[in-house]
Amino acid sequence: MPMTETQSTPAATLQDPELQRRADAAREQLDAHVRQIVAWHFHPDTGCPFWLEKSQEFDFDPLQDIRGFDDLKLFGHFQDEWLRGGPVRRWLPKGLEGEPVYVFETGGTTGIPKSRINCHDFEVDYEQFADTLDDQTFPRGSDWLMLGPTGPRRLRLAIEHLAQYRGGISFHVDLDPRWVTGLVKAQRWDELEAYKEHVTGQALKILRAHEIRCIFTTPKLLEHLASKIDLVKYGISGIFCGGTEMNADFHRFAREELVPGADFRPVYGNTLMGLARAKPFDPAEGDYTISYYAPAPRAMFEIVDPDDLDQTVGYGETGRVLLTTLTREFFMPRFAERDEGERALPTLDTPWDGVSNLRLFSRFAKKVAVGVY
Amino acid sequence: MPNALPQLPVLRLGKPYFSLERRTLTDVRTGAPVAEMSQAIPGLVSRDLGRAAERRRILDAIPVAQLIEICHRAGELFGTGELPLFPGSDVRFGPDDYLQHLTATTGMPLALGRANLDKIVHVMTGIEGVLDGLTRGLDLSVLDGGWGEQHGRKLSYQRLTDDLGAILPNNSPGVHNLWIPAFPLKVPLVLRPGSSEPWSPYRIVSAFLEAGAPPEAFSLYPGAHSLVPPILVGTGRSMFFGDASTVAGWRGTGKVQVHGPGWSKVILGPDVASDNWRQHVPMLADSVARNGGRSCINCSGVWAASDGQTASARAIGEAMARELLSLEARALDHPEAGLAAFPDPEVARAISDLVDSHLATPGAVDLSMEARIAAGKSPSRVAEAGGCTFLLPTVIHAEDPDHPLVACEFIFPFVTVVDCPTEVLFEQIGETLIGSVVSDDEEFLRRALDCRHIDRLNLGAMATYRISWDQPHEGNLFDHLYQQRAFQLAS
Repeated sequence: MPMTETQSTPAATLQDPELQRRADAAREQLDAHVRQIVAWHFHPDTGCPFWLEKSQEFDFDPLQDIRGFDDLKLFGHFQDEWLRGGPVRRWLPKGLEGEPVYVFETGGTTGIPKSRINCHDFEVDYEQFADTLDDQTFPRGSDWLMLGPTGPRRLRLAIEHLAQYRGGISFHVDLDPRWVTGLVKAQRWDELEAYKEHVTGQALKILRAHEIRCIFTTPKLLEHLASKIDLVKYGISGIFCGGTEMNADFHRFAREELVPGADFRPVYGNTLMGLARAKPFDPAEGDYTISYYAPAPRAMFEIVDPDDLDQTVGYGETGRVLLTTLTREFFMPRFAERDEGERALPTLDTPWDGVSNLRLFSRFAKKVAVGVY
Repeated sequence: MPNALPQLPVLRLGKPYFSLERRTLTDVRTGAPVAEMSQAIPGLVSRDLGRAAERRRILDAIPVAQLIEICHRAGELFGTGELPLFPGSDVRFGPDDYLQHLTATTGMPLALGRANLDKIVHVMTGIEGVLDGLTRGLDLSVLDGGWGEQHGRKLSYQRLTDDLGAILPNNSPGVHNLWIPAFPLKVPLVLRPGSSEPWSPYRIVSAFLEAGAPPEAFSLYPGAHSLVPPILVGTGRSMFFGDASTVAGWRGTGKVQVHGPGWSKVILGPDVASDNWRQHVPMLADSVARNGGRSCINCSGVWAASDGQTASARAIGEAMARELLSLEARALDHPEAGLAAFPDPEVARAISDLVDSHLATPGAVDLSMEARIAAGKSPSRVAEAGGCTFLLPTVIHAEDPDHPLVACEFIFPFVTVVDCPTEVLFEQIGETLIGSVVSDDEEFLRRALDCRHIDRLNLGAMATYRISWDQPHEGNLFDHLYQQRAFQLAS
């Protein structure tokens, strides 16, 4: 099979020569990385049973025909349903046998959760992110509070590793997001409030008893926590916060009202990809738009036409998010996420495509309202 | 940067707040943008609700008599004033601007909008009568001092909340009359306007503020459905207008007064159903179609009591269908327009398809379609006029009260006519917001009075939409906000 013809490199559209140079370099690095990762996952000595078996169905040879990122189109689209159920070891690359293996889950409120194996990816992802944190607001050696989903999720270990990587200790509060989702679905609002109080109450005890400087939490829990105490007066100087419900308005609200003066860092992470960081906020610009950049070359976003997932939309245009993960532990080509957003220009720090205003994919079925008010 | 479209901000304790994300409201006829509406996020609401006691104290300091005066002035201003779109806005809307925008974004004909405007003015300028009905004649100065004496007895009322939240609908401006009395009852309001009908709540609030109401008494949070939980959980008492599935989870909580589908009915006693129903056909048709059939107080069921031998429902339904033939799809500015357009034509078609799918269950027939065919008209329930899509009045005859269409209510003139044995009728009718019972049979009327399914009971040939504002239904707002407590003073 020949290489695919469509190249989605942003190089031709960039005005700044330095940005152009960095984008070209990033692209070269990405293409080389793709070749390495595909070679790893599809070599009988190193690949995982799932992909080695799957490759029997292909009408191309991954080892020969995948020469760069754009060639990943030959794989079609990763189906997250493949991750449901077992045996989970079919995802473990032979080249990683003997390594300690974690399994992290996503979904699972109803039905069988999706499982992804992990050896060191979460550590690498969070170390890379940790290196972008400001030492003034996320001081090295300071302690953390992790107030987010725990249990079989990556976050519990990842935040702890991040804290340790920066010389700190992380405190935790148990939070079961499946229970929360179940309460919302069942419209058991009083119980939901009680659970929120239960979780926040534990966090307050930790904040009062220890010298915490940095927090990871979700937007909703941050709101709730900030309604109880002035986090900045409590010494919190750095907060990073994840969740797709976070939009520009929430970003502004957080900076202006919830935690004014703290360093508020939006992030987008999931079990399948890793951790995408946001373009830093510039107070002089006052632009609260959140633009996320995947941790290339280990993962990439593509923003594509929802009706033609092979067609990248123009910068600033809205499209569906395709997610590609390229690590030795996990190969996930071009998974169509449940999210949409606008394709964002590369930056000097992240010279590859990003996504702005990430939100739930908006194509819902028309609802017939039965009964009036 | 100047923006030609009117802007509707969030109002946080009366102060405008412009969000970054805004929703564009469009004209249902042309799709042209009409206005941009800021979108509140849930956290913003929760944060403001933390200041509930502060807002309540501001209203507490104003005597009820003064609040009633403000309400009077606000009612007059609502009806005739050139009011700022929001506090501080340079854009001012007169009543015609209000009605034009209401029509543009909701599809409600101008004529129906005008009738609703009048209804709101009537309640605001006659608020004493409404309060009198809600409080059963309480001397309202009792609320100022916390206690008082009436008829030689000491009385004290405890306010149960610092605010009243309301999730407001798009269907008909008249429903706003249900929350307006909270203001003279000293309870600040936290409102989420409907997604396509912000015009009425913004104008009502603007009228109140121009009339001298403290801004802190009014918060307006336009935004997504995600605002519903923080408002309903975060306010001490609230009202929720919504369709059956939306409001289901909030029923029975005590804190939330649910205003879902009405399933209002006209019930014909055996004496009327057997041979005396013809004179009531105009009332029946009007009950179904008044205000475009958009209200919970519109009739969606006509139940004919039968002795098991005779069946008159089909004949009644046929007469109603003929009566409603004159209600046609007309342009929204037509003076005789009586049907509201569907902002999304696909929704109209989906509803029509849903009716057809239920008709596939044996035992029901669309009498309106038969009447249209007999009159040489198009049989289609979906109609177009003036660039809009409508659903024409639909009268269904069902042979059995268990037919699925008997339990249906839609946002257009839709009614199912069914026979039911007298013995079981009041057990079988199900929830009924308004029940107009037409009969001279004393035993039948006695059963109607005993029926627990009926909220507002009209005895006599009275259209379901004919309501008296001093007779509260679907929960009494005063009882929702206050409770009487035992009270003694040391002598």
